[in-house]
Amino acid sequence: MNLRVTDLACARGPAQILAGVSFAVAPGQALILRGPNGAGKTTLLRTLAGLTPPIAGRIEAEPDAIAYASHADGLKSQLTVEENLRFWAGVFGTRDSAPAIAAFHLGPLLDRRAGEMSAGQKRRLSLARLLVSGRAVWCLDEPTVSLDAENVARFAAAVTAHLSKGGSAVIATHIDLGLPDATTFDIAPFVAKQIRADDPFADSFAGDAP
Amino acid sequence: MTSLWEYANPRKFMATSAVLLPWVAGVAVLCLCGGLIWGFFFTPNDFRQGATVKIIYVHVPAAIMAINAWLMMLVASLIWVIRRHHVSALAAKAAAPVGMVFTVIALVTGALWGQPMWGTWWEWDPRLTSFLILFLFYLGYMALWEAIENPDSAADLTAVLCLVGSVFAVISRYALLFWNQGLHQGATLSMDAEQNISNVFWYPLVTTLAGFVFLFVTLVLYRTQTEIRARRLKALIAQERMA
Amino acid sequence: MIGLLKRDLTLAIRAGGGFGLSLAFFLIFATLVPLGVGPQTTILSDIAPGILWLGALLACLLSLDRIFQLDWEDGTLDLIATSPVPLEGLAAMKAFAHWITTGLPLVLVSPVLALLLNLPEGGFLWLIASLGLGTPALSAIGTFGAALTVGIKRGGLLLSLLVLPLYVPTLIFGALCVLRGAQGQDALTPLLLVGGITLGSLAILPFAAAAALRVNLR
Repeated sequence: MNLRVTDLACARGPAQILAGVSFAVAPGQALILRGPNGAGKTTLLRTLAGLTPPIAGRIEAEPDAIAYASHADGLKSQLTVEENLRFWAGVFGTRDSAPAIAAFHLGPLLDRRAGEMSAGQKRRLSLARLLVSGRAVWCLDEPTVSLDAENVARFAAAVTAHLSKGGSAVIATHIDLGLPDATTFDIAPFVAKQIRADDPFADSFAGDAP
Repeated sequence: MTSLWEYANPRKFMATSAVLLPWVAGVAVLCLCGGLIWGFFFTPNDFRQGATVKIIYVHVPAAIMAINAWLMMLVASLIWVIRRHHVSALAAKAAAPVGMVFTVIALVTGALWGQPMWGTWWEWDPRLTSFLILFLFYLGYMALWEAIENPDSAADLTAVLCLVGSVFAVISRYALLFWNQGLHQGATLSMDAEQNISNVFWYPLVTTLAGFVFLFVTLVLYRTQTEIRARRLKALIAQERMA
Repeated sequence: MIGLLKRDLTLAIRAGGGFGLSLAFFLIFATLVPLGVGPQTTILSDIAPGILWLGALLACLLSLDRIFQLDWEDGTLDLIATSPVPLEGLAAMKAFAHWITTGLPLVLVSPVLALLLNLPEGGFLWLIASLGLGTPALSAIGTFGAALTVGIKRGGLLLSLLVLPLYVPTLIFGALCVLRGAQGQDALTPLLLVGGITLGSLAILPFAAAAALRVNLR
């Protein structure tokens, strides 16, 4: 298993969003997260990425296995495409960014500054970072936003290649990517919008008479 | 086995503090009235300082409590960081304005005392300056609490600020001593057997000091109750909205 | 981590003003003081040590809110937090980059401004030494303050309110060092104390800043 989640409860600020989430993602497998807007897909992904501590349950993965990509592109507009990629390659300790450049067809853009690119081009650059990270489990939050059909296909091909090499992915998306071994996971049944269970102010107490 | 940490539960805290509050408040009023009346009307004037010496009964306890309030916040912040007891974080939050007011009282009474004695309202003396800086620390701490929306994050960040601030406050204190040897008189109260002031002044001073301590405890208990109620209200509103 | 430093320096150069703004502020500050105080050289040389240190401190303060804010807004901070780079290392590198873009230029131009303010000759070396040793502490403390306030919109003013009291000991020892040097007294003790504060800040504050960043990223 690349990633196993057991009875996970996650929260955003004072509110608990999800409870009792359990799933496992095997090597070569992709998990597509579905759920209406505001259900808690982003919160779940941030919890998986280790940014938000879970309030209950366990997340089992190899150390440093998860690569996270959020709504925000995380690019520096004053740096060129190549400089942006090289920076992240340095951060993740990988040397070869050529596959990433090829997979998202960034070759012609290498000398452009990120600030001068369109939203879709920026998105491609930000997705190319996943390949540079060299990590096994991709946690992606709406990765295809502002991509055209051609580039959605490129992205799907990159994910497929990643899976075929034993990687896995957890992707929150509303479109069909046509991935070979993809399971759909609907988070709607796990939505438990309430005050978080570990908030001691949630239960009534003697002193709060009017 | 009951442990001390049980009182960190809001429900237990509310119940216990409700019982304690009237007693603590009563002792505070008794000590303050007794000590101040004793000190103001039944002690002789100092042969050099005249009647102005009597401001000591407000100035010294306020100054001592201004520092101890920060110390209490430091301990409460540590408890929050280590054991994550919510009441502890709220108690630290509740103590800050009280400590700040004590600091202001110490500064104002100091100015009132300094005018006839030193001939100036303000002197850049290390002790006075330390209190001014302590005042700034209180301001920053309270402002940070107000600025952050998520209460748990606010508790964490203010606790970190309190810990780091304490270290820098101590360094500042010694830096100020290095910077300017002041004209402040030495310690008024000390634990040594040899007291710096005579018994006539000493007993009423200790009484008012006890009064200030109990006043501080009263105010902090009361304000912590208010903070707990505010959090409870927030939780109820959030529950309502999510239901 | 060297990559982080390089990136921050490149950004500071490309964004235009990363290097220049604080320096320009320092210059304007030192120019305004004689306009406010009067042109008497005796008064100016008396207050020059304090003014120069105060100017450097305020110039440092000016650029603090940019340390983490931009990375926070564009999502870079999230990504670095999930990368192998520890946040402690990030905080240390950010402080270092801030020092190179702000503190170091201030140290280098300070003798020129000291000339303008008629600082006595004996003070020049001590000025450079104390600013050189002290500005890293200003950057480290400021980075901690920036980490505390990164999640707050329009947190710039609050940042100043939090950071200024923490600057007190550095300012006192730094200015005192220059003052004593200018008067021909023993200036080594305050200089060593400035060094002590810098070393202590560099040892502790990256950890405190990383803790604050983690809370803000939740």
